[in-house]
Amino acid sequence: MSLEFLNKSENESFARVVAAAFASTLNPTAAELAEIKTAVSEAVTNAIIHGYENSVGMVRMEGKISGKTVEFTISDDGWGIEDVKRAREPLYTGKPDCERSGMGFSIMESFMDRVEVKSRLGEGTTVKMSKTIEL
Amino acid sequence: MEVKLLGEKRALLVRVTGELDHHMAAKIKEEVDSKMRSSNAVSIIFDFSDLTFMDSSGIGVIMGRYKKTRTLGGHVIAYGVNAQILRIMEMSGIDKIIKLTPTYEKAARLLDK
Repeated sequence: MSLEFLNKSENESFARVVAAAFASTLNPTAAELAEIKTAVSEAVTNAIIHGYENSVGMVRMEGKISGKTVEFTISDDGWGIEDVKRAREPLYTGKPDCERSGMGFSIMESFMDRVEVKSRLGEGTTVKMSKTIEL
Repeated sequence: MEVKLLGEKRALLVRVTGELDHHMAAKIKEEVDSKMRSSNAVSIIFDFSDLTFMDSSGIGVIMGRYKKTRTLGGHVIAYGVNAQILRIMEMSGIDKIIKLTPTYEKAARLLDK
């Protein structure tokens, strides 16, 4: 599954719906589906808010299922994150004036089994996360 | 979203329905803050009974409103919080800062004290 959309906040709910529909083929519980939706929402929101600052750009979401594991890759071609380790710390926010809670990566990490972040300044950010749905 | 002034309680009743994400967060901030400025309200009661989803953007909204009400000597109370939303609140610790009640009646009673 592959999806590309403009970095507009209206598209956050669209991305969540697509991710949930894609993952539902693995028959997750309602709680697991809520976790997937929330984690995807955090990654997509990060791409929209931080990826391009105030300019227009595209956000990509790819989905893959192998066995009982669903994997989502959310990427942008924006500014990139200078210090990924710091960005992943709980309560850290790059936008303290915007009432962001700094909980995004913490939520992704606790709701998914694996979260991998790759970023290069000036080239963009890719967040890959996966979750295995147990029978 | 619906914002109602409870004049006697000096509070806003903010009913948020659907999904509270970054998109919705911007609208809530704008509407609630403008109503706070133009009224005597110092507290906020959030009605989350028909809120089906919230991510960390919602935490930002609640935290921001909490800071505002605190400077005015008021409170933030939320009721009708479902399990998914409660989990996000607990992760951020905001459940310990604001007051959570099961019903509107209990929320309203807290402001009478």
